[in-house]
Amino acid sequence: MQLLFYVFALVTIVGALGMVLSHNIVHSAFYLVLSFIGLALIYFSLSAPFLGAVQLMVYSGAVAILVIMAIMMVRRTDMTVSNPTQSLIKRFVGAGTAALFFVLMGLSIVLTPLGGGDAALPATEAADLAGLLLSRFALPFELIALLLLAAMLGALLLARGGDES
Amino acid sequence: MSLLFDSVGVQEILALSALLFSIGLYGLFTRRGIIAILMCVELMLNAVNLNLIGFDRLYVHDGSGQVMALFSIAVAAAEIAVGLALTIRLFRLRFTTNADEADTIREFKDFRN
Amino acid sequence: METSFLSGLALWLRGEIYGVTGIPVLSDLALDVIGIALLLGIISMAAIVFTYAERKVCAFMQVRLGPNRVGGRFGLLQPVADMLKLMSKEDIMPEGADKVLWALSPALLFVPAALVYAFFPFDAGAVLADVNVGVFLLFAISGQAVLPFLMGGYASNNKYSMVGGFRVVSQMISYEAPLLFSLLGILMLTGSMRLEDIVEAQAGGLWFVFLQPLAFVIFLISAVAETNRTPFDLVEGESEIIAGPFTEYSGMRWALFFLAEYANLLTAAILATTFFLGGYLGPDFLPGFAWFFLKAVLMVFLIMWFRWTFPRTRVDQILSFGWKAMLPLSILNVFLTGVVMCALGLV
Repeated sequence: MQLLFYVFALVTIVGALGMVLSHNIVHSAFYLVLSFIGLALIYFSLSAPFLGAVQLMVYSGAVAILVIMAIMMVRRTDMTVSNPTQSLIKRFVGAGTAALFFVLMGLSIVLTPLGGGDAALPATEAADLAGLLLSRFALPFELIALLLLAAMLGALLLARGGDES
Repeated sequence: MSLLFDSVGVQEILALSALLFSIGLYGLFTRRGIIAILMCVELMLNAVNLNLIGFDRLYVHDGSGQVMALFSIAVAAAEIAVGLALTIRLFRLRFTTNADEADTIREFKDFRN
Repeated sequence: METSFLSGLALWLRGEIYGVTGIPVLSDLALDVIGIALLLGIISMAAIVFTYAERKVCAFMQVRLGPNRVGGRFGLLQPVADMLKLMSKEDIMPEGADKVLWALSPALLFVPAALVYAFFPFDAGAVLADVNVGVFLLFAISGQAVLPFLMGGYASNNKYSMVGGFRVVSQMISYEAPLLFSLLGILMLTGSMRLEDIVEAQAGGLWFVFLQPLAFVIFLISAVAETNRTPFDLVEGESEIIAGPFTEYSGMRWALFFLAEYANLLTAAILATTFFLGGYLGPDFLPGFAWFFLKAVLMVFLIMWFRWTFPRTRVDQILSFGWKAMLPLSILNVFLTGVVMCALGLV
């Protein structure tokens, strides 16, 4: 299982790096999809298949398509230089800050005494998740539904433009 | 053989999550296009989801971490939908999708193009 | 677990391999490899048979003879001739194409189309990937087929390809929602997302097509729309946009698109069989997998019948039909199912 995790982690990291380093924004988006799929595979290997399926459906199925459609709607010319970055100095500062963050997180991961977890337990069934959603997390569940509705209406109104008939 | 049969530890999951978050952070700092920035935010949210699911699978076991990840995914979906709609609107108004060019209400002291 | 011909065969094969190698993991692995090879065989077989069947069905509907030269009076070798033609064609890459994405698109399109076959219960106990969230995972994977279309449409650097890619996205996303919602009623009735449980819940002849007729109609229409076939083949509507995302592809690359298309056709038929027609269940004089394939082939014939009967719709009609008719109806179906289940005290 560890081997599988490392392979999938590699896929995810390659996708993420490709996304931030690619000069073509369409390539960036497809690298992001690779990263999403790698994460979904990791969820499967952690025996959380429902979340893996949600990840596939929502992220690489819907979010990625949304992103690519938006790119194509706002870019009609050459895509090869479509992903502008900051100047070199700013990029170094950004890389330094990100690296600093990673080192801090890594230190806290290494230094925190975490008891050995147990991943060998059977997977959580989708029915258990549904039970949690409708009992303990019923209120957040309703709120999320409201939020999604509001986001849908807002996105619709913003993208098509309510003022011009 | 331990590589094949041992289950993965929490430290590896956390390290991967931190790495993904840092990569997203770097992209957030260096990209200028709004869509690229939104993609980086999505990556960072994904890193957090990995943490939630990893802790749930290794420590909590009752699925509440996965439910939290579900909520996070829903919020991320709402965020990207509104963000992209705003980007398209901005493009219609100003013919650009660069975040630093959406500056109509700033002072004209150091006007740059 | 109930035993059937296929699962018994698998068990026997596993025993034989275990006898030779003596390592249990290896015999499992070998069995998986054999299963994957079988599935790929089924898919390529389907493509070969369906090209021939489509020509013959079309000819029958239009009172023609169809293929009748290559390979005897019935033109049985026509698929071979088609394949040779495709293989001998020149592989042309358009100028200004995004080379990597352009080459990846047909291959990536085939992956989800083939992956979903792992979830189908061909017979009792004969499932390659027996997952508890089967239905959901299946649709999550088949939903990945949208991206390669868009990839090919963008990478071809051709306006017709681009328009085709956009059409694929809008059509497949629009019809995925009613497709999934139409199955919710069934999931409520069975209380499980395992495909085999859904089939077993239809034992005794009470197929879900009788319990959920509205859902069946919605499912069939949405499935045809998902597979991009006439009357919903706007994606490649040749009178408008040449061949949509496939415009710039030729030879074997185009053949991969073709293969994925026929794999999707069989997938739609198999899904209808599994969810609504009782899957591998049937009277005992035929083995389970024979019933399964019989029903699937009947569904394929039905979908081909659609193709040669209905005219192509317009793109705005198809989208407004999906959102304004299919989706509300499928939600109504879920609601009605819940009300009836409550009234009968099944909850």
